[in-house]
Parts: sequence; structure tokens; C-alpha cells
Amino acid sequence: MITAGIDPGRDLARRIRIHALRMTNRGGSSHIGAIFSCADILAVLYSGILHVDPADPGGPHRDRLVLSKGHAGAGLYAALAERGFFPVEKLLTHYQDGSELSGHVSHLLPGVDVSTGSLGHGLPLAAGMAYAGQLKAAGHRVFCLLSDGECDEGSTWEAALFAAHHGLQNLVAIIDYNRIQGIAPVSQVLELEPFAEKWKAFGWSVRELDGHDHKALRRELTALPFAAGKPSCLVARTTKGKGVSFMEHSVLWHYRTPRGGEFDAALAELEGRP
Amino acid sequence: MRDAFVAVLAELAPRHPELLLLSGDLGFGVLNDFIARFPRQFLNAGVAEQNMTGIAAGLALEGHTVFTYSIGNFPTLRCLEQIRNDVCYHKANVRMVCIGGGMSYGQVGMSHHATEDLAILRSLPGIEVFSPCDVWEAAQVTRYLLSHRGPAYLRLDKSAAPACQTPEERFKAGSMRVVREGRDVTLAATGGILGEALLAAAELAERGISSRVLSVHTLKPLDAGALVKAATETGGVITIEEHAVDGGLGGAVAEVLLEAGAFPGFFVRMGLRNTFSSVVGSQKYLRAVYSLDAPSILRVVTEQLAVPVS
Repeated sequence: MITAGIDPGRDLARRIRIHALRMTNRGGSSHIGAIFSCADILAVLYSGILHVDPADPGGPHRDRLVLSKGHAGAGLYAALAERGFFPVEKLLTHYQDGSELSGHVSHLLPGVDVSTGSLGHGLPLAAGMAYAGQLKAAGHRVFCLLSDGECDEGSTWEAALFAAHHGLQNLVAIIDYNRIQGIAPVSQVLELEPFAEKWKAFGWSVRELDGHDHKALRRELTALPFAAGKPSCLVARTTKGKGVSFMEHSVLWHYRTPRGGEFDAALAELEGRP
Repeated sequence: MRDAFVAVLAELAPRHPELLLLSGDLGFGVLNDFIARFPRQFLNAGVAEQNMTGIAAGLALEGHTVFTYSIGNFPTLRCLEQIRNDVCYHKANVRMVCIGGGMSYGQVGMSHHATEDLAILRSLPGIEVFSPCDVWEAAQVTRYLLSHRGPAYLRLDKSAAPACQTPEERFKAGSMRVVREGRDVTLAATGGILGEALLAAAELAERGISSRVLSVHTLKPLDAGALVKAATETGGVITIEEHAVDGGLGGAVAEVLLEAGAFPGFFVRMGLRNTFSSVVGSQKYLRAVYSLDAPSILRVVTEQLAVPVS
């Protein structure tokens, strides 16, 4: 339920974080840091940007979303449940025996367009969907949410070339640029800077912002495409683990499961309790 | 086979606006006519097979029937995970088409020889795997792939067995063709190398040995009924493929027969044995080098039947 006076995007972001925290705690699963870093992006997308309808999750005119960073599946499931694609109660089956809510996102759930999990698959899929939309002169957009780590993958850059070559202005790549990948910071693994310039050089129209600034996210995502005839790339500078002080900027919380006192403390922070 | 494939696509493209042909920057001269006539149904994805396959899956999820086209292992092994996760898991209507099956591109070198593709592709859930033996089968499989739903792999050989279909014959995906009837031995072959089996069968007939020759154009699903009949009605079974014996036609036939409890009198897998095809030469030459030509088949049959070689 959205309380009067509270920004619906911010409220959704908070709910996504709390759901994801509970899911990873109960499931004993990982990636909470990578979910928190894109929670605000997901929340803005699902509070007024994406044209999607829980009553018709596969409708041909819907906007598509490819969560290429499939390891943030719990965050997307939470957003979808909050938007009514399936009951919120289902979220706690995440990672449990017999559940449909796998750790990496699954298209077996309503509202999920494609399954991902292996990095570097999402942008080619999204570009194919966007090319199909262009052939039909359809009005919907295809959004692809990527991690910075998967910009190590050559297939991501193959798709970047393709999308620009074909002028896929209905395609939007949003990169959760939290600067920390699986086991080390980007700067120590494979430096991506100058990052925005790389996308520009590949022929994309690029904007950069603070990926936790809802106003800025909403402003840019309502100004699509950034340039006619080009795919749009939003480099969202984010903080891994955003929202829980001891998880922020930490490599540890890519894989660590929030348990015991850490879980309690994280939940208290997210719920604004002392 | 390649020309038959492209001709069928060109014939069907006007009636199937959902059909798209994606090439990994290959097909110069071969695809020109198709591209000129159906520019909206062709897409050169560039030398980027992972992206081509992901794009194909994305297009298929939006309602297209997509053929990805390239040489040898490029549309398959190079992008195997895209085929597994993006195409097969989503049951997408993508058909990976390899030209140059086996050692078709003999002199070019092992990079261009597709000799493990059948084993690897057929292990993927939900895929159908085709390896036609002659031009007629290649055309028929292509036609089938326009109406079929779900992922498929089509391996096209540069060589082709001589046409032997009867005017009234109807192609059936998943059913082996008995292209020659016999009882002493069964020669089951996939791809153009069926031609070698037919040559061997003719030579064996001269020596009073009758061979049943099976054209295995569909590796998956495999026609268990025809195999069980072959194992029980003929003296023994020999599989012949321009491919590794591990997990290919030979492996697949062994799986089916053992599970069915149908034990042939003898069973030999002819194919590449734990080796890369590293010798330089034409497809015909390489078949002799790797003991896959008609004289080699003849030798194996006579050894198994313990017939003195005259």
C-alpha cells in the first residue's frame, strides 16, 4: 500500500530492499549488494516508466525489460510482486525447494520477459527484441538492465555495435555502475573507464547520473530516446549495498548472506528504526 | 544442400513474413539473390555469433522464425551457451544452420571442420537435430523447419548422396529412410557420407552380401523403431558419420539399442576416434585418411561377417 505524501518510487525502492533482504536471509542466497545497488532503478522503472500491465503480462504493446544482471532476480521479483504480477507472499518461496523463484531471474514467472543468469546474454536478447519492434514499427520500448561486471563480456559489446548500427532508438541500456564486481573492484579487475565514452564511441546516446536519485532517473527515463535514431545508454553511478550502511561499497556483500544480527541490523536500517 | 536450403527459404519467404535469415557475415554469392529479393527478411549480424544467436532468440520471442547461418562450428560451438540458455530454455523458434558439416571444408583446416557438433547439440533439451544425406532431404528438412515450433539444428554437408527418393515418397522428420533393403548388415549413415555407404552396399551386393542402408537425416528425435528392426532383422549394425563417434550417430544408436534391449549381431561405430581432422585434403581424400570411405566400410563389413576378402 502506498501512503499519501510518500513518493511512490521511493516507497517501492524501500519495499524492494526489504523484500530482497528477507528473501536472501530466508533463502541463504547471495547478491544482496548487487540488488540494493539497482533497487532505485527498478523502483523508478516500475513506478510510472514501464508500460506494463499485471493483468496482461505478455501483452504485445508492453514495454519489455531484460534483467541482464540476472543475479538481481530477487529485486525484480519484489518489484513485480509489489506491482501485482503475483502475490507478495510468493516472494518468500525464493530459493526454496520446488519454488519458481530461482536465484537468477526466471521467465517462468509472469512479468519476466527472459531468463538470464549467465552474464552478457541480456543485451543481445534485448537488441533482438528491439529489432523486431523496429521491423513492426511498434511503439513499445525494450529496456535492458546490466551490471558493470558483464561489460567484461565480449557479447555485450557485440550487441552494442549491433544496436547502434541498426539505430535501435527503442532500446535502452541502463548500467548499474556500482564499480564492484564479483570478487574485487572494477578498477582491480578490468577497468571500464572511460566508460560513458566507450558507449558513445560505439554509437549510443549516453547520459550519466546518480542511480539513486529518483528525480534524475525519472527525468532521464521520460526523455527517451536521448537522441533520434540511436539506442540510449544510461550510466547509473550507484553504490553497491546501497541502503544498509555496513553493506555499502563492500565486496563482501556480493556473496554474503545476511543472517542473525546482521540481518536484524540491516532490516532496522531499511525500516528506519533505531 | 546449401543451395537447396536457400532455394526453399526463398520460395517460402513471401508466404512467411515472420521468417528471418541471419548470417554471421557468410554466404557471399550464395545468399545474394535472397538478400536482393527479401531485404527485410535478411540480417547480416556480422562476425559476432554470440550476438547473432542472442538477437535470433530475441526476435523469435517476438514472433519470428529465425534461421542463423554460418560455417562449421561458428553458429553452434562459438555461441553454445546462447543456444542453450537463450534459444532452447525459452523454446524459441531459432534454427541454427551450419554449412560445411563434417569435413566439407577439407583443405581449410580443423577450425572449419564440424566434427563434434551433432553430439554437443543433441544433448540440449528440446532441440531437434537434422543432418540430411542428400539434396532432397535438405530441402524437405528446410520446409519442415518453417512449420515446426521450437529450436532446431540443421547441419548441411557440402557432399550429398545421390538422389534416391521415389516420386511418391513423403518426407517425415524423425523417421529414418530405408534407402536400400537388405538383411546381412545394416549401414546407418548421416550426412553426405551416406553416398559412401551406398557405394559399399553396391560392392557388397556383388559379393552376395545384402545391406540395408538407412539414411539418418534426423539425429534427434532418433527413430528407435527403425533401429530395433535393423538390429533384429539384419546380421549387425554399422554406423557411419563424418563426426566423432563419441556421442554422435554411433553413440546415439548405441544408447537406443541398449535401452531397447535390441542387441545386434555386431555393432561398429565408424567415425573419428578421439582425433582432430588435421590432415590437409579434400573431403573425399580425408574420408579415406580417416577410414570412412566406401572401401573402409567394405572392409569393416567383411571383417564382421568373417567373409574372406577376395
